[in-house]
Amino acid sequence: MFKGRHLIEPDGFTVAELEEIFRLADSIIDTPDTYSEKCKNKLLASLFYEPSTRTKFSFDAAMLRLGGQVIGFSDPNTSSAAKGETLKDTIITISNYVDIAVVRHPLEGTAKLMAKHSLVPIINAGDGGHQHPTQTLTDLLTIRYYKKTLNNHCIAVCGDLKFGRTIHSLVKAMSRYEGTKFIFVSPEELQIPSYIKEYLDPSCYEETNSLDDAIEKADVLYMSRVQRERFVSEYEYQRLKDYFILTHEKMKKAKDDMIVMHPLPRINEISDEIDTDKRAVYFQQAKFGMYVRMALILKLLGLE
Amino acid sequence: MINVSKIKKGIVIDHIEANCGYKIFSQLGLDKLDDVVVLMRNVPSRKMGIKDLIKIETDIELDFTILGLIDPNVTINYVEDGILKKKEQLTLPKMIEGILECKNPVCITKHQKIDDIKFYLVNEKTKEYRCEYCDTKTSL
Ligand SMILES: [Zn+2]
Repeated sequence: MFKGRHLIEPDGFTVAELEEIFRLADSIIDTPDTYSEKCKNKLLASLFYEPSTRTKFSFDAAMLRLGGQVIGFSDPNTSSAAKGETLKDTIITISNYVDIAVVRHPLEGTAKLMAKHSLVPIINAGDGGHQHPTQTLTDLLTIRYYKKTLNNHCIAVCGDLKFGRTIHSLVKAMSRYEGTKFIFVSPEELQIPSYIKEYLDPSCYEETNSLDDAIEKADVLYMSRVQRERFVSEYEYQRLKDYFILTHEKMKKAKDDMIVMHPLPRINEISDEIDTDKRAVYFQQAKFGMYVRMALILKLLGLE
Repeated sequence: MINVSKIKKGIVIDHIEANCGYKIFSQLGLDKLDDVVVLMRNVPSRKMGIKDLIKIETDIELDFTILGLIDPNVTINYVEDGILKKKEQLTLPKMIEGILECKNPVCITKHQKIDDIKFYLVNEKTKEYRCEYCDTKTSL
């Protein structure tokens, strides 16, 4: 049963429960029109204490496509937070008006705090560098859609593996599926932290600093942003960036049915020439993000 | 050695690491008790060389959760009618509420007044606890 539950962290649902959400998402993808009035008379609160247009649009579009309505804010300065009201009081009040709420906040643990006091389901849309579970659901649905299963994939993750929250959640989530192998591709400075590797059987992953080495074996290539600020000097950045920039040349070595994913926005780690490659699915990935949020909203409201 | 009489009814906290006695004394709030409380320091011990020891002559129940955190090796002896009724070995509590503080500066608990924050034990050896809000590991 999903009705009335919250989604605060990526492993908030079991593998079986995730499968249930993905099956509903499949159905929405196949026949979106049959869902267009499912959330009639339902109201979603969209509480963005820091701006994130991309995530906010994805949730808003999901609710509107279900026939529901959205109220909220995307600038904390206009909200009651600016008047010094506690988050606890804010969510108790707002949850009296709405049926479900989406929360984004720069401080870690905020969604959990709100879930404790809310009268309606809370979806965490990012709490600082901590969790962003619907991004993970998006990634899983995308892999499942193109690969037909979530088992037995070799997933190469490339970029900033040290600070990348999206990557950490993806690795933890995919490690729950049978036969998953990881190749961690990063410069030494940005290697995946040991507390993430602790989740994994050492036979399930390898580490390299060369995308060229990894790309041949990968079923899924998950690219992520590498920020200039992470490097001690511009020289270091220039020296290393070629290792983890995906080019047409590198794609030649990849399998025909490999997929390239990216949580977006990208900076320069995927060159534009890849966009037309049929293996590039990062823009579709954004669309799956909306579908999986539609499925999630329906489940948490107990409408499906 | 100073002679401290045996207690008739109460609690003896034994095998306290030397110099930890006062810390435990204050954390348990024993200074607020009206009952007889004796704190002994640097008591010779076969097992430990020297140890601290606390005797409390009382009827009231005390919450020893915090003790497991400060010094999990202590023994708690419950005495009734001058004889030892029960010996209790402490373990680290699996969950503690309201004692630890999160170390993560961007944790919500550092910015909003939140009562009774729960911390869950993640590592017995290092006595590390995980903040229920931000998952950051913390120890006393
Ligand atoms: Zn915390």
